[in-house]
Amino acid sequence: MEAIAARPDPAAAREPPPAAPGPAAWVRRNLFSSVPSALATLLVGAALVRVLPAAVRWLFTGAVWAPDYEACRRLEYHAACWGFVAEKHRLVLFGRYPFAEQWRPLVATLLVVAALAASAHPRSWRRWLAPAWAVVLAAFFLLVRGGALGLTYVDPGLWGGLPLTVLLTLVGVSASIPIGIVLALGRRSRLPVARGAASLYIEMVRGVPLITVLFVASFVFPLLLPQGLRLDPLARIALAITLFQAAYMAEVVRGGLQALPKGQLEAAASLGLSWWQAQRRVVLPQALVLVIPSFVNSLLSTFMDTSLVTVVSMYDLTGALRLALGDPQWRNFFIEGYLFVGAVYFACCLAMSRYSHWLEKRLGRWARRPEGYAA
Amino acid sequence: MSEPIIQFAGVNKWYGRFHVLKDVDLEVAAGERIVICGPSGSGKSTLIRCINRLEEHQQGRIVVDGVELTEDLKSVERIRREVGMVFQQFNLFPHLTVLENVALAPAWVLRLAREEAEARAMQQLARVRIADQAAKHPGQLSGGQQQRVAIARALCMQPRIMLFDEPTSALDPEMVKEVLDVMLELAGQGMTMVVVTHEMGFARSVADRVVFMDEGRIVEQNPPREFFANPRSERTRDFLGKILPR
Repeated sequence: MEAIAARPDPAAAREPPPAAPGPAAWVRRNLFSSVPSALATLLVGAALVRVLPAAVRWLFTGAVWAPDYEACRRLEYHAACWGFVAEKHRLVLFGRYPFAEQWRPLVATLLVVAALAASAHPRSWRRWLAPAWAVVLAAFFLLVRGGALGLTYVDPGLWGGLPLTVLLTLVGVSASIPIGIVLALGRRSRLPVARGAASLYIEMVRGVPLITVLFVASFVFPLLLPQGLRLDPLARIALAITLFQAAYMAEVVRGGLQALPKGQLEAAASLGLSWWQAQRRVVLPQALVLVIPSFVNSLLSTFMDTSLVTVVSMYDLTGALRLALGDPQWRNFFIEGYLFVGAVYFACCLAMSRYSHWLEKRLGRWARRPEGYAA
Repeated sequence: MSEPIIQFAGVNKWYGRFHVLKDVDLEVAAGERIVICGPSGSGKSTLIRCINRLEEHQQGRIVVDGVELTEDLKSVERIRREVGMVFQQFNLFPHLTVLENVALAPAWVLRLAREEAEARAMQQLARVRIADQAAKHPGQLSGGQQQRVAIARALCMQPRIMLFDEPTSALDPEMVKEVLDVMLELAGQGMTMVVVTHEMGFARSVADRVVFMDEGRIVEQNPPREFFANPRSERTRDFLGKILPR
């Protein structure tokens, strides 16, 4: 017996062989694993060596940072003139909003960003979240619009810049999600009327460019309203973006609904759940997690698409930049302006994209699919 | 025989132009245990799925627990509360924990308070001996464990009838027994059971009657002793010859 016990058990689990250690091994594995790989590494490396120093010089070391027009002119475009951004950043960020009152949209936007951060974690998805958001949005409007609590009234036509972009995206996306869910359920409904109406709406809206919808909302729609009833332009545009986005959201949600195996609905039905209960408790919680990546796609495109509102004389971030470039002294520094605005968009989109990755992982923890749950 | 709890009279069903159920007559008494077998494509799953109207029949009458199955959604939902079903692929809800899976229907269909629904769920999980896994998600369990949870989920609505649609066919061989053992216990407690299965050992030891189907028809039905010792039709003999060990 003891002789047997002393022998190593051949079935015992063993450690995997160690991966080759050290940076040299990493470089060989990732950069020079084959001749084409080595060539690509050398080519990209050479290009970087040529371009990087010039780029760093143009962007940073050689650039003028002070709002000094003469210094910028002397650069003759051989380096960036961030002086333009330093001079005009308030106009770019807040549009035509009265200069002295710009702290109001700033505070309002920070409030919304803070609320977004606070509601990002699934732990805060409780019943109080909806009323909390109602309060935040009301505070946003009160602050920006004014006309109460000693704040001067600022016409929504003057709202602009980043706060406008954030507002339109927030309202557009959050209102379009529930509408999109209803449309998607309608399109898969067994009732012909619901199915027909949902399909018609989705196909019609998707067949029209957003820019057309915006034109209709701001110029045609008011003519159709009964006399005496007026909707302010900003509300019309927010409504247009919402209804436009809802059609796309519907198709995103439908993709998720279709990915669920039929057995899920059958199991719910066999337990006596009604159709609505089955959708609410079984189908949607799974389908919506499946489509988070496409949701974020829509979110990012809405965020960018808000720049189209300039065609109806609203100045979001991009539009406000164009206002700033209207100053004849600075108009030649548009590259710096667009880089700045691009960086703002990029930072926001990166944050949303990283968040969605995290959320997808966290909510999809159950997604180690049980057997019988076809991929 | 007292009033049957399930009654099929002249039931016909088509998938498109394919005739799946042909003039099916079947009566099941309360407390009876029926095993349905037959070659694949013979309509046995379709038959059992007609009992809780996951499939709709086009001709004939199906009466379950005194209620005829029709287009009327309310009566369908009522019958589904009385009829539990266990599927070949388990069909557990992967986003919910085991406990939430089992407590879902009592909480939303019967509108029990959350604590009450969960207490009831824990009872059923204990009944299938898997209470210790209540906090896990279905994806973390073995196939046999998942199927036992599925049985608990159906039992939690305290049904009068349990339907099993090939409950062991998707399982690895070493897990079949744990599921059959739970079903045996259930049979011993007087539950009305309709079971589609190829487990002839189960049919022999538990069934009151074995129903053999082929090409959408019920070919013969007899108590297991008679059915296995003395199959009447050529097709039954042929089928048994293929699936029984010699």
